[in-house]
Amino acid sequence: MSTVSSKKSASRKVAQSNRLTRGGRINRNKPLKFSYNGKTYEGFEGDTLASALLANGVDIIGRSFKYSRPRGIFAAGAEEPNAIMQLGATEATQIPNVRATQQELFDGLVSNSVNGWPNADTDLMSYIGKAGGKMMPPGFYYKTFMYPESMWMTYEKYIRKAAGLGRAPAEWDPDTYDKMNHHCDVLVVGAGPAGLMAALTAARAGARVIIADEQQEFGGSLLHSADTIGGLPAAEWVKGIVTELQRYEDVLLLSRATVNGYHDHNFLTIHERRTDHLTDRAPLNMSRQRMHKVRAEWVILATGAHERPLVYANNDVPGNMLASAVSTYIRRYGVVPGNKLVLMTTNDDAYQTALDWKLAGRDVVAIVDTRANPTGALIEEARKLGIRLIPGSAVIDVEGGKRVHGAVCCSIDATGSKVTSGKEVLTCDTIASSGGWSPVVHLSCHTGSRPVWNDEIIGFVPGAAKEQRLCAGAVHGVYGLGKVLEDGVNAAQQAVAALKLNQPEVELPSTFEPVKSPAMALFYVPHVKPVSRAPKQFVDLQNDVTAGGIALATREGFESIEHVKRYTAMGFGTDQGKLGNINGMAIAAMTMGKTIAETGTTIFRPNYTPVTFGAVAGRDAGHLFDVKRFTAMHKWHVEQGAEFEDVGQWKRPWYYPKAGESMHDAVNRESKAVRDSVGILDASTLGKIDIQGPGAREFLNRIYTNAWAKLDVGKCRYGLMCHEDGMVFDDGVTSCLGDNHFLMTTTTGGAAGVMEWLELWHQTEWPELEVYFTSVTDHWSTLTISGPNSRKLLAELTSDIDLDKDTFKFMDWRAGTVAGVPARVFRISFTGELSYEINVQANYGLHVWEKLFEHGAKYNLTPYGTETMHVLRAEKGFIIVGQDTDGSVTPFDLNMGWAVGKNKPFSFLGQRGMQREDCVRDNRKQLVGLKCSDSSVVLPEGAQLVDNPKHPVPVPMLGHVTSSYYSPNLGHGVAMALIKGGLSRMGDKVYAPLRDGRVIEAEICSSVFLDPKGERQNV
Amino acid sequence: MLHIYCPYCGENRDQDEFKAKGEAHISRPLDPMGCTDQQWGDYMFFRKNPRGVHHEMWYHVAGCRKFFNMTRDTVTYRIYETYKMGEQPSVTAESLAGGQS
Amino acid sequence: MQRFSGFGLAKHALSHHENWQRMWRNPTPKKEYDVIIVGGGGHGLATAYYLAKEHGITNVAVIEKGWLGGGNTARNTTIVRSNYLWDEAAHLYEHSMKLWEGLSQDLNYNVMFSSRGVYHLCHTLHDLREGERLVHANLLNGIPNEMLDKDQVAREIPALNCGKNARYPVMGATVQRRGGVARHDAVAWGFARGADALGVDLIQQTEVIGFRQSNGVIEGVETTRGFIAAPVVGCVTAGNSGVMAQQAGFRLPLESHPLQALVSEPIKPVLDCVVMSNHVHGYVSQSDKGDLVIGAGIDGYNGYGQRGSYNTIEHTLSAIVEMFPVFSRVRMNRQWGGIVDTCPDACPIISATPVKGLFFNCGWGTGGFKATPGSGNVFAATLAKREAHPLAKPFSMDRFYSGALIDEHGAAGVAH
Repeated sequence: MSTVSSKKSASRKVAQSNRLTRGGRINRNKPLKFSYNGKTYEGFEGDTLASALLANGVDIIGRSFKYSRPRGIFAAGAEEPNAIMQLGATEATQIPNVRATQQELFDGLVSNSVNGWPNADTDLMSYIGKAGGKMMPPGFYYKTFMYPESMWMTYEKYIRKAAGLGRAPAEWDPDTYDKMNHHCDVLVVGAGPAGLMAALTAARAGARVIIADEQQEFGGSLLHSADTIGGLPAAEWVKGIVTELQRYEDVLLLSRATVNGYHDHNFLTIHERRTDHLTDRAPLNMSRQRMHKVRAEWVILATGAHERPLVYANNDVPGNMLASAVSTYIRRYGVVPGNKLVLMTTNDDAYQTALDWKLAGRDVVAIVDTRANPTGALIEEARKLGIRLIPGSAVIDVEGGKRVHGAVCCSIDATGSKVTSGKEVLTCDTIASSGGWSPVVHLSCHTGSRPVWNDEIIGFVPGAAKEQRLCAGAVHGVYGLGKVLEDGVNAAQQAVAALKLNQPEVELPSTFEPVKSPAMALFYVPHVKPVSRAPKQFVDLQNDVTAGGIALATREGFESIEHVKRYTAMGFGTDQGKLGNINGMAIAAMTMGKTIAETGTTIFRPNYTPVTFGAVAGRDAGHLFDVKRFTAMHKWHVEQGAEFEDVGQWKRPWYYPKAGESMHDAVNRESKAVRDSVGILDASTLGKIDIQGPGAREFLNRIYTNAWAKLDVGKCRYGLMCHEDGMVFDDGVTSCLGDNHFLMTTTTGGAAGVMEWLELWHQTEWPELEVYFTSVTDHWSTLTISGPNSRKLLAELTSDIDLDKDTFKFMDWRAGTVAGVPARVFRISFTGELSYEINVQANYGLHVWEKLFEHGAKYNLTPYGTETMHVLRAEKGFIIVGQDTDGSVTPFDLNMGWAVGKNKPFSFLGQRGMQREDCVRDNRKQLVGLKCSDSSVVLPEGAQLVDNPKHPVPVPMLGHVTSSYYSPNLGHGVAMALIKGGLSRMGDKVYAPLRDGRVIEAEICSSVFLDPKGERQNV
Repeated sequence: MLHIYCPYCGENRDQDEFKAKGEAHISRPLDPMGCTDQQWGDYMFFRKNPRGVHHEMWYHVAGCRKFFNMTRDTVTYRIYETYKMGEQPSVTAESLAGGQS
Repeated sequence: MQRFSGFGLAKHALSHHENWQRMWRNPTPKKEYDVIIVGGGGHGLATAYYLAKEHGITNVAVIEKGWLGGGNTARNTTIVRSNYLWDEAAHLYEHSMKLWEGLSQDLNYNVMFSSRGVYHLCHTLHDLREGERLVHANLLNGIPNEMLDKDQVAREIPALNCGKNARYPVMGATVQRRGGVARHDAVAWGFARGADALGVDLIQQTEVIGFRQSNGVIEGVETTRGFIAAPVVGCVTAGNSGVMAQQAGFRLPLESHPLQALVSEPIKPVLDCVVMSNHVHGYVSQSDKGDLVIGAGIDGYNGYGQRGSYNTIEHTLSAIVEMFPVFSRVRMNRQWGGIVDTCPDACPIISATPVKGLFFNCGWGTGGFKATPGSGNVFAATLAKREAHPLAKPFSMDRFYSGALIDEHGAAGVAH
């Protein structure tokens, strides 16, 4: 295993300068080494890659997509827009675009930033970004790179090089993925307070429950919460609930499992990452990831809410973070991502961040509250701790380049629409912002339910349920821990009632509910300059979409929110706009003078977070991509060194090369052997359908174009099948086994389709015919011996079948014993030679095959494959449906009018269709033979034929070569072609202009090249 | 992914087992040779293709191999009923508009 | 119309981009137009543009129930090619291909048409035969197309598994090097801006709810904003065509199905062409942004929900991972669906209807995007002259009665 990490730096240990000595859900006794951009760092068990990087004081983790601006970690979960990493210690285990905030740390983890040259810290592209940034408003690429026309692809090459995040591995994935199907009564999505209570309630009622959460442990926001529940610290309470849930046999708890798609009829997919937290490559005998496919009676969405950042100038400089993320890093990971904090908030909740920062022993410079008179319990607490509070104000701009140096603070008016007075620069290195909460409505959107704006909670909530779906907690705007717990119980109780289970006892634990003042709706922090002139105020950090860009889009006429999204690329990133979309929509609404409810929202689509291709494919790739079907003699073919051809799902012997033989040599040898003595073909793949019942004969009359009324027991007949449009779609020989019993054969590839076709007509149109169809393709082996010596050979192996040419005639079949095995022998021929198709039970197939070879040696019995079969049938002008036909060919076009019944009482399938105006034209393409003027030339199949090869382009075409082979028996090429009016053009010369520049002359002739009277098979 | 009740098997099964076969209740003309090209074309190709309630045929290909009918909304994908071949739907666009089902 | 150029961008940067004009107006509908086009997708907007530009008919309204380019134009996998088998289809799509070449300059709007080559993989002898047939037919129709052997394919598409160990090993491929991709939204917006500048009214958020006719002759359309008169109406509503036909009192030989697509997260360039496999049932290209853009097969049932079934996505990604094992660890970002109106022969309908003056342009099925300029161009001529453009003639609805179908299932690419 080669390692990408630099050996040189492995010994250098960087101190975890931002790590607290106490607290957090990390195991300080278990240090883990990892590398980032070639440097080795240390973190602890329980860390994410993001928390470990922050602990080590890493500010810049990448460069932005369009302007190459330095970016730092912004959030702590699925909504992270910036910290997109390349992971993997070996080439084969590379993973692009992993969110550092969701990647658990493991020992030996290798990570790299995805953009920046020479590195993310010093990126030369940023100079272009700085210089050209003004020239790159949204949609700039639609307005330029057009002239001269020929230059576009050169421009594009550089655009492509600059775009993209991580990279795909160059080697094949060594890991496996699997899938699991589930049915449950209640699927609870999210194991935060609402989800846990819902699952507990449903579990106690005896429901079959699945509860899934994307994080490594259950608890959601409670994992970093300062709250107590039932007198216990929140995380302790979680432990108790999880312990109880684990006791129920019918409850499945899935962690590291993201419900990423919500599909029709309550079908949901859960993407479980089983080993990504352990190693690069999954341990032996363990799948790396698993897709759980769940059909749920009821779904309870308890997906919570994401905090909304505030939009202000230079809000992307490293050190700008979400308030709740800062709290998470402090409380859950024991990491303070800076020294001096400025908190900007529109609501009370974010005050907790300042409290956490202060309690971690670091400096809170100020809390900037956009509200004029914030009051409430948390505000009082902050005051008590002596934190400076600046009400009615906002951070409108940021100083600093690679890290925040200062926050430019101004007072704003009551609605937050303009700056009212002069600025103060607050020296700080971290700015945490909170604009309130956006419910995670993604999954409900997947079902086609449009979210609805709610002014009271300042957010979109799920629209009316399209499925048996309930919501619990913040996802539909229920906030406050006590209410959330209760809401979880309520949702589950509704499901329990609908499931007709008994309501269980559930006691709501006590919680402390601080008094809060109303939040302020603020989606854009005003600057002293208008939005078009203010420094960049980022809305979508990953795609570098700014407030100015959104305003420009609306100014240019992109007024639908979908247009805004598409023109600016807002929400198109790998975070799918989890942080930015609501602000962006609000800014669009604001610039157009509309409300958010009027502007509406774009629709979130699956996936909630990205899903590995391999996990969706599961085991259905590689050698399990599609079923392989083998005949009973396959082993023998392999041992003889056969080359195989894929025909449908079957592996058919194509030809049997002997040492030193080319394909051409082998086919010539095989072809001659058949005509000179005897050859054998494994024809087991032909479809076989057993048809029984008093209505069978009439059914055949209707389904085939020819007549079946008079076929006697013991006889076989060739038939053509057409769709209602009169076009041939299958052919084969059907034999009468008994008065009400037939065996139909079909083409190899067409078997399943024909079976369905028979069932369709029987079940939907002619149920009055008593007839039964059974597919018996796999039950029989079919061994076709063909050639002048085939009778002699067969005679050696059967004593109870009279092979006399006058009693067992061409197109007869007989039952008897072959090589000691019960057999049906059909005297039918696809080579034009005396032939017997020996059908035996499949498990005797190899035995009989080998017996034939034991006796056949003296006749030079030669196995032949599909290629020789084609040569032999083409010499005789026999068609292959699907090769000589293409769905636009009638029996008459094939010159097979003899196979169309003229006086059948019932109007068979296809009869009317083949008489439509266009189908009875004289000039239709008709199947004819072609003989090249130069007999050494073999026309390529697919060549087009013309009358005048010198005609300027476009050249009128007559048709094309459908089959063409070299015939060793005739010593020249034989070809068949569909040619306009061909049947009345016998003897005409046509030309095949080939792609290599050659023009081949050929003469239209009969398609029967060998033994036109059919004497060879009637011996 | 649709969840389909096969009226022959008497069970809800995943869509994976089924194949959609297009509009239901299309009868083959009793006298094909008496049809004009237009009548024959209408029978073969022209479809209702409604936005909303639709009666369509499905095939339980990986199950009982029976064809059956379904009343389904083509916008919401809600399945109102499945019924055996030869039976008539009990839910129609008209019955839903009239408030009965 | 304000001209777009790199110089213009620089100039506007100096004025903080405050002086960009609207790309199109937001007009109040007039009472009457010479031509009404129902449907403001790529095809409808292209029709309006060419009506105004090539036929001088500018008193035209495009009526769109949602937002411009919001249907299949916004949802497709942006593949452009003209390698169709039958003469009629090949000529129509090649007409479109020629318009693609130079479209950015014609519209003064960069639609990012990029001839990065479209490969159709051959995995069986049958595929090879059909490939030869296609290449020869295309060449004689004046459409360059090439046949590559397995080794050439392996050289030109390094990420593709061309080994013998594949379930259906690659045996060769056809490649149309002029084919490629374009930026789908830009096509709609470019035509919209061009049409608007020539005087066409683009009327969004207005739904056509009926066709007014008298004695079998069209008089105009009923909309959610009242009646608008016109002696000629062209309906270009893709997946919704069946519904519109029903409003006009006839049926079409169409069924509307969900067609899904998906993209990966953006990754660094790894695939610089379009790869399609009819046999393994997957196709993929990489966008300029870095996403792998992947088309799924069509869902078998009728559906107007812009959603399909998950098993279709599973089969598609199995095929992609089978073809490109190096993509296995890449991650799917987003999936979505469009509504495609499929014809029994996988060819469009550009046709007069039983209502005089009412024309339909529909049935493009899974492959309409590539035809956008050509479809608009021939439909504009059809509406202007009130009779089918020569290239449109074979695509009349009559073919479903006469039997003169143009079966392009092979070339259409997506399994129907």
